Amino acid sequence: MTRIGVVTEQGSEARVAATPATAKQLIGLGYEVVVESGAGASSSFPDDAFVDAGASIVSLTDAFTADIVLKVNAPTDAEIGLLTPGAVVVGLLSPALRPELLAALSARGVTALALDAVPRISRAQSMDVLSSMANIAGYRAVVEAAHEFGRFFTGQVTAAGKVPPAKVLVAGAGVAGLAAIGAASSLGAIVRATDPRPEVADQVKSIGGEYLKVEVEVEQSTDGYAKATSEAYDRRAAEIYSEQARDVDIVITTALIPGRPAPRLITAADVASMKPGSVVVDMAAGMGGNVEGSVAGERIVTPNGVVILGYTDLASRLPTQASQLYGTNLVNLLKLLTPGKDGRLVIDFDDIVQRSVTVVRDGETTWPPPPVQVSAAPAAQAQAKTAADAGTEVARPPKRGLTRGGRIALIAAGIAALFLVNAIAPDPLPQHFTVLALSIVVGFYVIGKVAHALHTPLMSVTNAISGIIIVGAIVQVTSDVPAVQALSAIAILIASINIFGGFAVTRRMLGMFARGDRASS
Amino acid sequence: MPETLLTPESVAGAAYLVAALLFIMSLAGLSRHESSRAGVTYGMIGMAIALIATVWLTFSDGWGEPAVMVGLGLLVAAVIVGAAIGLWRARVVQMTGMPELIALLHSFVGLAAVLVGWNGHLEDPGLEGALRDIHHAEVFIGVFIGAVTFTGSIVAFLKLSARMKSAPLVLPGKNALNLGALVVFVGLTVWYVVTPELSLLVAVTALALALGWHLVASIGGGDMPVVVSMLNSYSGWAAAAAGFLLNNDLLIVTGALVGSSGAYLSYIMCRAMNRSFISVIAGGFGIEAPKKGDEEVGEHREIQAAGAAELLKDATSVVITPGYGMAVAQAQYPVAELTQKLRERGIDVRFGIHPVAGRLPGHMNVLLAEAKVPYDIVEEMDEINDDLASTSVVLVIGANDTVNPAAAEDPGSPIAGMPVLRVWEADNVIVFKRSMASGYAGVANPLFYRDNAQMLFGDAKERVEDILKAL
Repeated sequence: MTRIGVVTEQGSEARVAATPATAKQLIGLGYEVVVESGAGASSSFPDDAFVDAGASIVSLTDAFTADIVLKVNAPTDAEIGLLTPGAVVVGLLSPALRPELLAALSARGVTALALDAVPRISRAQSMDVLSSMANIAGYRAVVEAAHEFGRFFTGQVTAAGKVPPAKVLVAGAGVAGLAAIGAASSLGAIVRATDPRPEVADQVKSIGGEYLKVEVEVEQSTDGYAKATSEAYDRRAAEIYSEQARDVDIVITTALIPGRPAPRLITAADVASMKPGSVVVDMAAGMGGNVEGSVAGERIVTPNGVVILGYTDLASRLPTQASQLYGTNLVNLLKLLTPGKDGRLVIDFDDIVQRSVTVVRDGETTWPPPPVQVSAAPAAQAQAKTAADAGTEVARPPKRGLTRGGRIALIAAGIAALFLVNAIAPDPLPQHFTVLALSIVVGFYVIGKVAHALHTPLMSVTNAISGIIIVGAIVQVTSDVPAVQALSAIAILIASINIFGGFAVTRRMLGMFARGDRASS
Repeated sequence: MPETLLTPESVAGAAYLVAALLFIMSLAGLSRHESSRAGVTYGMIGMAIALIATVWLTFSDGWGEPAVMVGLGLLVAAVIVGAAIGLWRARVVQMTGMPELIALLHSFVGLAAVLVGWNGHLEDPGLEGALRDIHHAEVFIGVFIGAVTFTGSIVAFLKLSARMKSAPLVLPGKNALNLGALVVFVGLTVWYVVTPELSLLVAVTALALALGWHLVASIGGGDMPVVVSMLNSYSGWAAAAAGFLLNNDLLIVTGALVGSSGAYLSYIMCRAMNRSFISVIAGGFGIEAPKKGDEEVGEHREIQAAGAAELLKDATSVVITPGYGMAVAQAQYPVAELTQKLRERGIDVRFGIHPVAGRLPGHMNVLLAEAKVPYDIVEEMDEINDDLASTSVVLVIGANDTVNPAAAEDPGSPIAGMPVLRVWEADNVIVFKRSMASGYAGVANPLFYRDNAQMLFGDAKERVEDILKAL
């Protein structure tokens, strides 16, 4: 049976690649799961919990010699040395940034799956670890900022005076940015957000933020990430950041461009213009930083008393939750790779998701994968966007219909025809037409007001009323012609079914409708 | 001289006016829940007045003559038998079976109109000149409308009760067939006015029966709300035509009221599907739309009943959007119980009803009312659509096309522009479904692949019961 090993992470990393809950799911896929003793300790999952889930507790070397090794962070050189050639190792490998890691893995002859290389297409959403971790990190960034910030986030009016709400600027409204906007606005702060993609404005607004629009043309992104943007945009954006830096108390930056250093958004001058006691959280510090002066993994205090946090382990600071989500992403990946649910791992290179995550296969580097296109054609997107701007649904295709003049002509012709018929026709036809025309008009007005919910009762009552045809049959039933009498009798019979049945069923239906207060009492 | 003032004719005329007004008040009463029961009572009183007046008018002269007495006997017997059948059906019918019942009742009106028209031919009213020609035309028109209503309703009934395949019948040149039938009808009418032969009447009856059959047979099962309300309208026009034939204003007034109501309901249904009435009648919807080559078929996520229960527990607001699938699975009772349980927990539960949900206008409302869901939490699409974005969980039960985001977002979709419930804007969507098959319109539903949507497979009734257990 294929054995999955879950190992303890190195250094300060508090997450673990599987939790008791996800271990159980892995066993459900037909695997045997072994966990290094103490692997879940720092994320509050004791060994006993793994045993209860059906996994066994083993030593470090035993865990590393499993057929599939699940990790969070990329393996160190020492750890690579522990892997069995031919094994599969899964983790966050940053393949674009670490060619030497890929070389080491292929030299060892293993297969390496990079969870952070999952393409951003909707069916891969359930294994998109970058999203799930960014969500946690964004939340934690606000918590860290609140911890450093010497004031309330929410505004209050107390007996001891008025407390103004904190102002927060979130740069980048991706998953992390949106999580940060949500967390900060939940705490009561005034939140503003920037992002080069204007289509995120609605998302920002929906979770309580205000979107600051940068008024320049941008290229449409086709891979789900914002693209490196034009100079004009950068200039205007820099102005916005400078204006905002002077005004806000908290800045949280989340801007990342895949495979490149993080863009510099906040300059040292901007930081210097901030009020003492303000906090900047640079979530991109590990990738070079969005903020000038931030140091990866460090807390810096500037001469003017602004705190810059460059923590790179924000997700790891909520280890229990982060491990659970990471573990679930992993399970979803393994589900895809275990089509038979029989504990046999199969990698299908025709599947774009499997192709993308596989960065080394049996000692052969397979990075980078062919590009994936996720968004719809720009034309369709532009159309959707204009519709969204107008705040309406996409315009309905125009109905085939008459022009205004045509309609008027038709109505005029109708009226003229009716007029002629009434003027020419012999008695009693004109009188009948008058009654008919007026009744139709009355009918439209009366029925137009009927509540939607009562349409079925309306139909059944009009049905009963249309049983009035019985009147015609009654008049004929006294005829001298036996055939007419017989036909009339049949007509009376079926019309009676209509009248009695229609009214009775309408009453029955209406008896069911009850208001909330009456139904509950 | 009271004898000449109060003739049976004048009394009947006055009674007809009262009855017509009562019918109008009846329909007006149905516009609100509070007055709806009074509305039905008005309708019943109006009908009683009309019948009593007609019976008196018919039998007051010629009392004692054998033909009249036989007629009275037939009348009493027919009414008693008809009333018994009608009341029995009304009492035992399932609310899920309402569409069939209503379709069947429409067919009765159609048949009665045919019979009344035939009688108009068989019994010569002794008219001369132009009036005689007009009488003949009226017979023909009455029989034609009645017969189309009759077979159309029968086919609708068979389709709704699954005794006939609900897929549209596609004969070659079906529009030409329909149009041709109308042309032949006009020709036969002219011929009949000139030479009123019985064979011509037989021919037009057969023609109209065939036309009614073909008209509805070529319309798909999902368009039945439109068809049923259209037939409702036809049955009214059939009654109005009989009114012209018999010189009876009450029949004309009532027929016009019913005709308007059906036409108005059809209009609402068509607007809700963003389609023209003509295209529905011509059955053009079933035609395959060009599929886009690069259609993104994603992967759906599944959820179990226990997971759904957890989501509901943590929700602050829940909207349930039922469709015909709820009626098929008879899931309205567990859904009502779920609603009650969630409301007891202080969760705001409401229903969002699409105008064309179900097989009859307002069908979902009746089903929910039957299961004792309070009507003030059952809202229309337009009332609830703007609130969906701030809703925690939406439960889609047996609905598909009415919640399809493609209608709003994909201009190339066959249902583009159809107003839909924007359930995808909610935080979470749970879709109750038997399988991943597409809905009536045959259009793939991208909702299922959305990040916030999860599928709960299986019989809707059983799954809702599972959620109830988990709660």
